Amino acid sequence: MLLLDLGLQGLVQGAIYALIALGLTLVYGLLRILHVAHAALFTLGGYVGVIVTNGTGSLPLAILLAMVSVGVIGIGVYRFCYRPLLNRSPLVALIASIGLFIAAEEIYRLVFGPYGLSFVTPPLQTQVEVFPGVFLSHARLLVVGLSVVIIGILAWLSGSTRTGVAWRATVSDPDIAASFGINIEKVRYLNFFIGSALAALAGVMVALLNNLVEPTMGAVPAYKALAIIVLGGLGSVRGTLVASLALGVIESFGTIYIGHLLDRDAIAFAFLVLVLMVRPRGLLSRG
Amino acid sequence: MAYEITVLTTMAISILFALSLNVITGFCGQVSLGHAAFYGIGAYTAALLTKSGIPLALALLPAAAAAGAVGFVVGMASLRVRDDFLAITTMGVAFLFVGFVRKQEMLGGEIGISGIPSVAFGRPGLLALSLLCTALFVLLTVHIRRSWMGFAFDSVADDEDTARILGIDVPRFKLWAFVIGTAGAGVAGGLYAHHIRFIGPDSFGFLESITALVMVIVGGIGSIWGVALVAAILSVLPLFLQFVDDYKLLLYGVLVFATVRYAPGGVAGLARTLAMRIRR
Repeated sequence: MLLLDLGLQGLVQGAIYALIALGLTLVYGLLRILHVAHAALFTLGGYVGVIVTNGTGSLPLAILLAMVSVGVIGIGVYRFCYRPLLNRSPLVALIASIGLFIAAEEIYRLVFGPYGLSFVTPPLQTQVEVFPGVFLSHARLLVVGLSVVIIGILAWLSGSTRTGVAWRATVSDPDIAASFGINIEKVRYLNFFIGSALAALAGVMVALLNNLVEPTMGAVPAYKALAIIVLGGLGSVRGTLVASLALGVIESFGTIYIGHLLDRDAIAFAFLVLVLMVRPRGLLSRG
Repeated sequence: MAYEITVLTTMAISILFALSLNVITGFCGQVSLGHAAFYGIGAYTAALLTKSGIPLALALLPAAAAAGAVGFVVGMASLRVRDDFLAITTMGVAFLFVGFVRKQEMLGGEIGISGIPSVAFGRPGLLALSLLCTALFVLLTVHIRRSWMGFAFDSVADDEDTARILGIDVPRFKLWAFVIGTAGAGVAGGLYAHHIRFIGPDSFGFLESITALVMVIVGGIGSIWGVALVAAILSVLPLFLQFVDDYKLLLYGVLVFATVRYAPGGVAGLARTLAMRIRR
């Protein structure tokens, strides 16, 4: 039972990683930028979620508002921070992104206070017996369900709509895509909107699971999500999903079995370093 | 007088730490997001040695060697992974270091190591030692800049593939950059441990790595005096201005962002532009 329990906890954690890392992969695939500040949007999503839920009492409304508002802010981040740096070395954008992320954390501390916020009445805390003897809260089930649905929608969007075709064309070659009449700027805006909205959703979900949002809640996911997209091979959506779930499960088992040697975050990065030494271009790379 | 000595020691250690990253990131163009790990390795090594009775001046050598040895291993990784992959790998190393230290009873675990002995001749002695180490490192980097090695570093930073075609032994120079840079950070860490006289896993977190990177970028990537100047200012600014201490990270974030956005050459670049305007 312990094994099953650990596996399930790992999958829930992996689903959250997937939501955060998908947005990062989308940005990387399109612009070759490691978007550290993505985690700042994740934190912001958590805050909007908690504040709106406490104000209106409706979690669905809070999720919707968080996703839309953070999505718009994500477009702003692209427009004002990344676009001016696009024709410079990608490391410049990475460093700018770290700067932006650190600054954003401090701004949250100033605006929302240093101690964090909680739900007045935490929603969805009922426990359900999913297997005999294994319990999961409604919130955890919601995390997994929403992730599956959203990833399904994204797969459909990119596979069988005109927008999806335009997006994929822009990823593989922006110049040729532009010459076929695709508005590249629009694709990028959409990309940042969707990616940031997913981060916001993950933020609300983490807020639900921990019943806490705090200014620094993005710090560890920021770096772990980077590890995940690197593991996934940078820019590969499929690789990112595999890496997210793998990392969630490995962490959940690792903390039990080698927790006396390394802490949770170190396990994730040990896995990263090991994989990269064997496969320098990620888990699913060929050759 | 005691206060001035503390301030100067802080400055000297920061300059050494920032310049050591400057060798890797500035000279050789290899971005490292985990430099604090080597600072930490030096600090732990030196602290354990002096606690067992060895004088700091001698303990700094093993501290440099330990940091340099791990730096060599990470340097090997830099031969295998590149650019963005390397940046994330070095970041991973930093998290690995902190997570490892946290769980080791021998290294004090979460609580860290306290009661690190004071140096011979007390605070002035530590200041003298720090100034000496920093001065030596400055001389070393000035010398590297002028030597063949500096030229090779430049070419690797500029375009690795072209450097390879020109017959430059890229792996060898990358490894050298990592070993020199990380050993320097190890010495800085050893000095830091005896300056604060308490170290724990949180003293060497990701933010310390970023702090060093901020100093290198704002100072002007690769410029020795620019990086040293900015490291000196940024390290002691929180002591003079309370609000800087409270919003240190906000300041760093804004500084870095403004630098890469508006003045990519950093302070050194700005000074160069200014000097050219005046000459005209």
